[in-house]
Amino acid sequence: MDNIYQKKLIGAQEITGPLLIVEGIQNVGFGEMIEIEQEGMKRLGRVLEVSGDRAVCQVFEGTSGIDREKVRIRFTGTPMKLPVSLEMVGRVFDGVGRPIDGGGEVMAEFERDINGAPLNPDARAYPHENIITGISAIDGITTLIRGQKLPIFSGSGLPHNEIAAQIVNQAKIATKENFNIIFASLGIKADTASFFQRKFEEGGAIDRLITFQNLADSPTIERLITPRCALTAAEYLAFDKGRHVLVILTDLTNYCEALREVSTARGEVPSRKGYPGYLYSDLATLYERTGRAEGKKGSITQLPILTMPNDDITHPIPDLTGYITEGQVVLSRELHQKGIYPPIDILSSLSRLMKDGIGEGQTRKDHPNLYSQLYASYSRVQRIRSLASIIGEDELSETDRRYLKFGEDFEVKFLKQDSREARRIEETLDIGWEVLRDIPESELTRVSKNEIQEFWRK
Amino acid sequence: MGEGILYRVSGPIISTKKTSGIVMNEEVRIGEEGLIGEVIGINAEEATIQVYEDTTGIRPGIKVYGTNKPLSVELGPGLLSQTFDGIQRPLTVIKKEQGIFVKRGAKPPPLSREKEWKVDIQIKEGDIIGPNSIIGEVKETTLVKHRILVPPDAMGKVVEIIESSTYKVNDTICILQDEEGEKRELKLFHSWPVRKKRPFIKRLPPEEILFTGQRVIDSIFPIAKGGVAAIPGGFGTGKTVTQHSLAKWADADIIIYIGCGERGNEMAEVLEEFPKLKDPRSGKSIMERTILIANTSNMPVTARESSIYTGITIGEYFRDMGYDVAIMADSTSRWAEALREISGRMEEMPAERGFPAYLGSRLAEFYERGGRMEVAEGRVGSVSIIGAVSPPGGDFSEPVTTHTKHFIRALWALDTELAYSRHYPAISWTESYSEYFEEIIGWWEREGIDMENLRNRVMGILMEESHLQQIAQLVGERALPEGERLTLKVAELIKEGFLQQNALSKVDAYCSPKKQFRMLKVILDFGETARDLLNEGIPLFKIIELPIFSEIKRMGEDIRNDEIDKFDKLEDKLNKEFEELRKEYG
Repeated sequence: MDNIYQKKLIGAQEITGPLLIVEGIQNVGFGEMIEIEQEGMKRLGRVLEVSGDRAVCQVFEGTSGIDREKVRIRFTGTPMKLPVSLEMVGRVFDGVGRPIDGGGEVMAEFERDINGAPLNPDARAYPHENIITGISAIDGITTLIRGQKLPIFSGSGLPHNEIAAQIVNQAKIATKENFNIIFASLGIKADTASFFQRKFEEGGAIDRLITFQNLADSPTIERLITPRCALTAAEYLAFDKGRHVLVILTDLTNYCEALREVSTARGEVPSRKGYPGYLYSDLATLYERTGRAEGKKGSITQLPILTMPNDDITHPIPDLTGYITEGQVVLSRELHQKGIYPPIDILSSLSRLMKDGIGEGQTRKDHPNLYSQLYASYSRVQRIRSLASIIGEDELSETDRRYLKFGEDFEVKFLKQDSREARRIEETLDIGWEVLRDIPESELTRVSKNEIQEFWRK
Repeated sequence: MGEGILYRVSGPIISTKKTSGIVMNEEVRIGEEGLIGEVIGINAEEATIQVYEDTTGIRPGIKVYGTNKPLSVELGPGLLSQTFDGIQRPLTVIKKEQGIFVKRGAKPPPLSREKEWKVDIQIKEGDIIGPNSIIGEVKETTLVKHRILVPPDAMGKVVEIIESSTYKVNDTICILQDEEGEKRELKLFHSWPVRKKRPFIKRLPPEEILFTGQRVIDSIFPIAKGGVAAIPGGFGTGKTVTQHSLAKWADADIIIYIGCGERGNEMAEVLEEFPKLKDPRSGKSIMERTILIANTSNMPVTARESSIYTGITIGEYFRDMGYDVAIMADSTSRWAEALREISGRMEEMPAERGFPAYLGSRLAEFYERGGRMEVAEGRVGSVSIIGAVSPPGGDFSEPVTTHTKHFIRALWALDTELAYSRHYPAISWTESYSEYFEEIIGWWEREGIDMENLRNRVMGILMEESHLQQIAQLVGERALPEGERLTLKVAELIKEGFLQQNALSKVDAYCSPKKQFRMLKVILDFGETARDLLNEGIPLFKIIELPIFSEIKRMGEDIRNDEIDKFDKLEDKLNKEFEELRKEYG
């Protein structure tokens, strides 16, 4: 490393919010990492802007307690890097990738820039293979595909964590040997983190797991780095080592809030609800680090969890997320209150990649049409329910009443299951046909005559 | 050559001091790595530059050099079937050089310098030729003859011309001498600035339909060749699936698909699927007429901004050859957001929702580059533009949607409710419109189809239905008189049997003009005959119990484009079933 970078500067010019403004610098590059020292306290940061001899830096651990006069800042000359190796599996790291489980440093095979580089669209391989999670609502209606990014849109108090843990424990991704889970917590409560830890231990996932931990009481700005560390490790495992990697990021809402905090401190022009105009691009640099690549065995599947402020799906965070991810699994407070677990609102949920991962040779030949029929019929149930609330159930036609019965059965038999129950795909599909028997045959317009014969009548 | 010293770096925007000899919109190179940038602002001695690559590690003090030319694209043989990024870098070549990730500093030329093309020369020494004259032809793919054009800014007498043979793009094929005796060498390709529209002789009114094989579009809300349309829709409403369907089936000569700030896996899908699909008219792979511009959401935001211009400039070039070009831009909202992001970094005063005040004029400039034009030598070509819009929260009152509506003439509004009930394409028949219907009606007439009459009847039923639905919401469907309930049932047939179309089905994905007509006719015939029966006192439930009712809903899937005579059988069946019902009620 060049000597000039080793030079220590004494004192920051200005401290505002999470930002540190340093003057009198030379040869400092955009985006490079800085190390901050003050009387034994060490922190990390990153250059957000350079202008002549002045740099605006972001301090991951926050600027609280920093003394303008006493602080020493070292510019490292490189962007932040994460040492990666297979030794990471089974280990726990903090939000910026330092081991915190007492197991000592990781011997690095490579040091990778945590910002990554975009996958060449021409080198991507289109994802085809499904992942069976054992949850009917997901396997049947919003099938998860290896290489997909499928977020869970939730609200406070809804059981998104249980669902995520169930998916991890039940997901059948190839063989266990080449399957890894990366779990990155972004500002979640310590209780939640230990809930996941417990669930992973129960499910035997712990020795395939890498954890990056930024808890609610960890530094806010560090959250901007945590998912990037997680995804850098994921890319290494998937594309260097041929592993299938499932990445869980929770909760993205906290990440976006940290981004807003930095943006506001910089005095940037906000767009919606005070979030910066580049929120979409920034989220894309996380979500798009998913997928498969030509000639590589591994894959990265992302399951980000975000809580919608006020259950509002049009809030910028779920809205922009939905535009980048390949669908979404939306949880419903109404179903939750009815006691349905998992309370997945199939009507607003969607898996964009499922069409190529279901059907003959993948799940079962009747899956595509059955899915479409269940969806259409359940959507009809919603209309009939709102009609019934106006004119009363007695005024409904016979067919409509049979639809209401179907609606109940669909929720109680198909959607509802135990948080430890792993249903086979055949079971899920059979239950689907079973509940469809509530409605008359003439209403089954999305399935073929043969399918009615083979599956519905049996 | 101009140069400056880098002073400030803030993400993709940099500025220089001590700048001299650099002009607005000039392409520049930054530092030893030679990162590509474009000048987007100049004052006293400072230039503001947007950088098309990642700027991590770039530091004040390094040099920035001018290139003496504006940001341009290369136009010549080798464009078709290729995938480029937002500044026309060939992604397939970059993949070979760099592996699966796009790292910075890659600068392979957009057109292969090695590939040899068989050129068929069509001019001779002494000819006087001008802008867009055809020098010769190259059969670039089995589907497309690539006409080698004189650049729009060149003219004169041919003083040297090569013989028909094989050449590489960089070979000089012709030397022109203008009136002042100035000579100019022409190659198999030329460059053209992306932000400057290619000149043409005059704009012509659109008169032919851009046939897409999508029923709700062609029959109800058509677009003309040279027309401009927008598809706004919230996430999950099927913008991209609709754009893909149009790219696959539209009867344009050339398709340019711009994936602008969208998903990587969608581009992967296009790259996997398109080469396997055959054009319904020529039977050739549709990839042979397709060019992809892929600048996914995680690639540099500045190149996302330029991707739209790269696409449209290539489109205009093929238009100048006399072709009908269709451009799909998915999504213009991501492009507008790129403008906003760059504007924010430049600390410009924002207008509505943080977008810069010039959003409207930029959108206008873009859509106005579409149209049907007389180009040169009596040749006519067209550029149709179909822009997807992704309004935040599905709210159509946001700036990008409202501005876009000023500049387009066909709107295919995607409806969240329809999408939620899996009515695809989720094009709302109440909010969408097309001003082209009148202009292209002659095309349907030439096909021998009175589409105007059919369309008006269909729209009439749909409008009545939405009115009746409001009443039914209050009193329940059963409380309506039978005649009105029949209208609801016919509307159901129109929606499920005609407007819905399965983009993933081999049979239904593309619907020929004849099939569209016959489908509409069967539905309307059903409606009319059913009304007669109703008037004769036969109850509605009997009518909709007839097998034909559900058969009509399935005809899109059951009858192939080449089995039009099956519609005769369907009509016979319809009459027979009705007749039997009549007998039953004596």
